[in-house]
Amino acid sequence: MTLTASELWVMATAAACAGACALCGCFLVLRRMSMLGDAISHAVLPGLAGAFLLTGTRDPLVMLLGAGAVGLLTTVLTAAIQRFGKVHEDAAMGVVFSSMFALGVLLISRAADKVDLDPSCVLYGMIETVSIDRVGLLGVELPRAFVVLGVAFGVNVVLVTVFFKELRLVCFDSALATSMGFAAGAVHYGLMALVAGTSVAAFEAVGSILVVAMLVGPGATAFLLTQRLGRMLWIAVAVGVACAAVGTVAAVWLDTSYAGAISVALGGAFALALVFSPREGLVVQQVRRLRLALKVRREDILGTLVRMAESGEREREHAGRLAVLNRGLGRVAAWQLVRRGLVAGGALTGAGEAEGRRVLAAHRLWETFLATEVGLPVDHVHDPSERFEHFVSGEMERELRVLHAAGVDPQGRPIPGGGGGGVG
Amino acid sequence: MDAVLRLITLQDFNTRVVLGGATVLGVACGVVGVLAMLRRRALMGDAIAHAALPGVCLAFLIAGGRFLPALLVGAMAFGLLAILAVTVVRRTTRVKEDAAIALTLSVFFGLGIALLTSIQRRAGSDHAGLDGFIFGKAAGMVTQDLMVLAGVSVVVLAVVAVFLKEFASLCFDSAFAASIGRSVTLLDVLLMALVCLATVAALPAVGAVLVVALLTIPPASARFWTDRLSTMLVVSGAVGGAAGAVGAGVSSLVPKLSAGPVITLSATAIFVVSMIFAPLHGVVPRLVRQRRNRQMVAEQSRRVAAELSGGSG
Repeated sequence: MTLTASELWVMATAAACAGACALCGCFLVLRRMSMLGDAISHAVLPGLAGAFLLTGTRDPLVMLLGAGAVGLLTTVLTAAIQRFGKVHEDAAMGVVFSSMFALGVLLISRAADKVDLDPSCVLYGMIETVSIDRVGLLGVELPRAFVVLGVAFGVNVVLVTVFFKELRLVCFDSALATSMGFAAGAVHYGLMALVAGTSVAAFEAVGSILVVAMLVGPGATAFLLTQRLGRMLWIAVAVGVACAAVGTVAAVWLDTSYAGAISVALGGAFALALVFSPREGLVVQQVRRLRLALKVRREDILGTLVRMAESGEREREHAGRLAVLNRGLGRVAAWQLVRRGLVAGGALTGAGEAEGRRVLAAHRLWETFLATEVGLPVDHVHDPSERFEHFVSGEMERELRVLHAAGVDPQGRPIPGGGGGGVG
Repeated sequence: MDAVLRLITLQDFNTRVVLGGATVLGVACGVVGVLAMLRRRALMGDAIAHAALPGVCLAFLIAGGRFLPALLVGAMAFGLLAILAVTVVRRTTRVKEDAAIALTLSVFFGLGIALLTSIQRRAGSDHAGLDGFIFGKAAGMVTQDLMVLAGVSVVVLAVVAVFLKEFASLCFDSAFAASIGRSVTLLDVLLMALVCLATVAALPAVGAVLVVALLTIPPASARFWTDRLSTMLVVSGAVGGAAGAVGAGVSSLVPKLSAGPVITLSATAIFVVSMIFAPLHGVVPRLVRQRRNRQMVAEQSRRVAAELSGGSG
């Protein structure tokens, strides 16, 4: 499938828009202010409409001033209502932005008699018609929206690069930023201004609601993929641009709205990251959980086998426990033990016994610790130790051994490999 | 003028139905909104309302026409899906709730726009009557439709009335609610289901974009008047009902005026009045009280000073 020239311009414009939005969106996601982005993108509407009705032009600078003023007003009003009305920030925000948006829609539908303005365009933009309205730039005819959004992207790149250090500090520790002499408040309002400006630039192309997807989608996706701010910004821009391209192609293919398809693509990217992120995706989380569960079962089986070998007592109890452990996931664990050469023919091998004694040692060290240091009654220390035994590092084990040099657990049984045996 | 008179005196049966329906919708949203606001879920309604749009479109495609009960079921299903999406993202990732809500809202709405565009392009110039779901259209509604919506709202109000005590404990002290054996999760689910129902019922009249206004503005207005939950529910319901009735009335008088923005701005007007003049927390009464306090303190310190100087002299 090949795209026509105007469809390619749509794609380029959407990509510039997504790039610009992705950059400031990352900070919204990190500062937990995504809904403020939503609020601002709604609230700029009366600013745009008002500026247009007052001046009669669609000059970007006038629009930017009008929308910027209203965007700032939104933050101030939200804070005021929150304080005087004793309501939470989200409710205050809901009051302000829905009122603003309603006012904007009303203004536009009143003005619609005079000019060609459709109220529903404010929701999903007019990127379809992007290549009709052109401006000359350096001797080339370019779509106006593409130029506006390209400039917005460039400005955002420059600002984020220049103020990277300040933004990072304010995002992760605004108290520290203040104590170091950075004006955290100024950075906050600067960020709001950036979001308002970007929303205005994006407004005409993708409308007030899909701009939210472009602001939050790439940032949230990148947030799942990395824990470094610099990398997050790169990934977010890449995700935004890629989704703009994929969404445009999908919209052409399915003959539907560009803005709608692009935001669905952004949702898809987030869903993919949610499931497959190598760092914290659902798949990785499940694999990690399964691995841990298997490790616990393996260690439980080894520990039980060592206990059985250690004393002839309570053989039936141990055997019963072994049978329980051998069910379900435990079967896999038992198979793994055989495969790793720790268990052969239902009995421990040399390596298996060493490993089992290590688990038992951890268990009894924990029991001793819980009884002597925490002060739990002796008959209450077994159950927690049964859980803790799987989580003991070499360092922790050494510390526990130093504390309990006697080498016997509260029930008087020897702690394998400990002082009783004269080792370490 | 004649039209205004006819509207105010409720002469047409249709006018009575529209105003009555819009009032009930407003009351339900106002009441549920109080609980949502106190539980810090004020903006979930926004996500639900936006997410309902693709549900409406899909139901339209499946039912093969604008059959309101089917559309509402579709809206409800997608509203619940949105709640599920936000919950899953919040529970399983480091992504915070605000980003989860914003993303759910915009992505679902984008899907809705894509579906709507497809439907419109297929149906040609006919807008298939789904446009009203974006900005709201109260006037054009059929009596039967309004009855359905009002019925849903009444159910919502009834459930709130029955579980009022449980909801109160959930909103003010969820740890206490859990300690006396109430399932916080179950109550939260019930509350979200109610928000979902109220939102969906208000959707055709107010529109997906502005339902959030009916869920947040009346409760925030009521907050200025009282500190008691029961009073707040009544005040908020009244504000929502009034906004619904005024908005529906005005938009039915002026052609081409969507009901959503008018209903929202009616509520905003009440909010502004409450914020300035409400006796309990309003700005003006508060200033008056502060002034009176200051005068009283000044008066008393004068008296004390006079007494001291008199005593020593």
